[in-house]
Amino acid sequence: MVFAILQRLAQMVFVMVGISMLVFLIFFATPGVDPAARIAGRNASPEVLEAVRISFGFDQPFYIQYLTMMQKIFVTGDLTSFVNRGWKVVPAVLDTIPVTLSLVFGAAVLWVVFSVIIGVVAAACRDRWPDKLLMILGLIGISMPVYWLGEVMNLLTQSRFKDTWFLGWVPPLGYVPFSESPKGWFLALVIPWITLSILYIGLYARVLRASITEALQEDYIRTARAKGLSETRILLVHALRTSLIAFVTLFGLDFGALVGGSALLTEVVFGLQGVGKLTYDALQNLDLPVIMTTVLYASFFVVMANAVVDVVYILLDPRVRSA
Amino acid sequence: MILSVRDLKVSFNTEAGLVRVLDGVSFDVAEGEILGIVGESGSGKTVTMLAVMALIADLNARIEGSIRFRGRELVGLPAREIRQLRGRDMAMIFQDPMTALTPVYTIGWQIAEQVLAHRKVTRRAAWDRAIDLLAEVGIPRPEEAVHRYPHQLSGGMRQRAVIAMALTCNPALLVADEPTTALDVTVQAQILDLLRNLQAKHGSAIVFITHDLGVMAELADRIMVMYAGRIVERAPADALFADPRHPYTLALLDSIPPLEGPRPHRLQAIEGAPPSPLFRPRGCAFAPRCRSAFAACAQVPALRGAGHEVACHLEPGT
Ligand SMILES: Nc1ncnc2c1ncn2[C@@H]1O[C@H](COP(=O)(O)OP(=O)(O)O)[C@@H](O)[C@H]1O
Ligand SMILES: [Mg+2]
Repeated sequence: MVFAILQRLAQMVFVMVGISMLVFLIFFATPGVDPAARIAGRNASPEVLEAVRISFGFDQPFYIQYLTMMQKIFVTGDLTSFVNRGWKVVPAVLDTIPVTLSLVFGAAVLWVVFSVIIGVVAAACRDRWPDKLLMILGLIGISMPVYWLGEVMNLLTQSRFKDTWFLGWVPPLGYVPFSESPKGWFLALVIPWITLSILYIGLYARVLRASITEALQEDYIRTARAKGLSETRILLVHALRTSLIAFVTLFGLDFGALVGGSALLTEVVFGLQGVGKLTYDALQNLDLPVIMTTVLYASFFVVMANAVVDVVYILLDPRVRSA
Repeated sequence: MILSVRDLKVSFNTEAGLVRVLDGVSFDVAEGEILGIVGESGSGKTVTMLAVMALIADLNARIEGSIRFRGRELVGLPAREIRQLRGRDMAMIFQDPMTALTPVYTIGWQIAEQVLAHRKVTRRAAWDRAIDLLAEVGIPRPEEAVHRYPHQLSGGMRQRAVIAMALTCNPALLVADEPTTALDVTVQAQILDLLRNLQAKHGSAIVFITHDLGVMAELADRIMVMYAGRIVERAPADALFADPRHPYTLALLDSIPPLEGPRPHRLQAIEGAPPSPLFRPRGCAFAPRCRSAFAACAQVPALRGAGHEVACHLEPGT
């Protein structure tokens, strides 16, 4: 089993190197385009172009260019933006990571806890009214666009009920670092967490209910009943446990994508300076070094999340272990 | 009598209407005997024994009649009380060992789970019991096998593990629903031997379901032949093989390959297919496929006789 896990991690590193090459080629080796002009941004003077060319080694072979770029991003960390002259890109990206991680991690805790509870309760009362009610609520949760929900939340917490006892505790928009004030960090993120997680709670609860219901049709559930186990035990220890395999796959993909920048809308609505927001701003100014770095960061996170899913898979499903 | 079933009727409320799958089935199982139930697939063998075990989970099912286990009425008994009997006093083995075990737990864990559900013992003791049981059903190196997951065992070994699990609490009644159908022939014979030996050792009553009369010959004390949700013939095994009376039983016997000598060119299959429970004939359900059908077959024949019972209008005295 340890070997399988190590093998998976090595594979992950390999994929990451591949991705970095691919991203580099797409950004800088597209035929007919001068990469220096792209990095320098719109209306750059010839001197700036020349400086870019030397700094990134565009007069040298591709592999030197690639290595220079990787060195600037991962080793020295001195990749600078030419759109915002002198702005260090790597620290800027690193600064946004805790924001996005805090947002997505907290939302993930909420959505896992609530979707498991709702999914299990719905599966336990399948086809009776609690199930129908919960599934309709889930559908509503899935259908609410996150930016709309976020704006409604803001309207309620930032103006309408700003001074009431039940929403008065909500701080103004923005992020508070955990190291500065754990309480402030928590309060600032509660509303974004709820907003971001509602869609996923609805989605995951429905998926889990479906896979538990399917699992309950399996022969081994009949065996479990024949053993004289209680219905609760059959539901939680046998049906839920085998359904978690599908749940984890989905979770890994969504978590990876969100940390990689898909939480953009939530970040923008709540004024959180996260990875998504940074990428969004960079795209507006065509700030290539920033885009390149965040794209790399995002793809690394997706790959890493996938690797973690596979490792959890190995822990969850003995059939994968021996394969 | 360990089990007395009287006039058991099972119907399902389906989209096509109310489907009566079992239509008045009555039988007894004596302490320590092996009762065989035979019939083509779809004749209601599984449903009969699922009803006895109160394992019909379908909310659209309606169960009527009486099922007495050691004198205690099971129909209408609260789920809690039936649960205490299931797995302790009566156990069931299913057809397909590939899917009968939860894939994510080890064999030992699953057996220990059953021990712990019925006995107040420590985990350690439950685990030791699992090892003993695996040894008893002939799994080599049981102290290693307890750590195996279901997918790591062959079909035959898996069915042994399922049998071990069923034997956890030395049940008084063991139901085996086609336990060898999914296995290849040599393994089939081993599993049948195992069941026979276990029965001789522990003396549990066994209800053995199969669609293959040949399997029954050496195993069963009494045999009950089912067709379309009813019992059509019931007799001690030797009497049934020596003197089969119901045309359906005769047809079933014709379709068994001989044990010795050359295989016949083509086995005699029964012509036609069993009727779907939705479109059952009004009278004798076998009449449309029966070579000897005559006018009287428009009425359902009663199961009658002493010792050797037959439900057929050809029987003298009907
Ligand atoms: N849940 C159910 N709903 C509707 N019909 C069912 C259900 N379970 C079994 N049946 C029907 O009951 C009949 C008998 O099935 P079964 O007892 O499994 O046959 P056997 O075990 O003899 O092959 C079949 O025609 C089957 O279609
Ligand atoms: Mg069956």
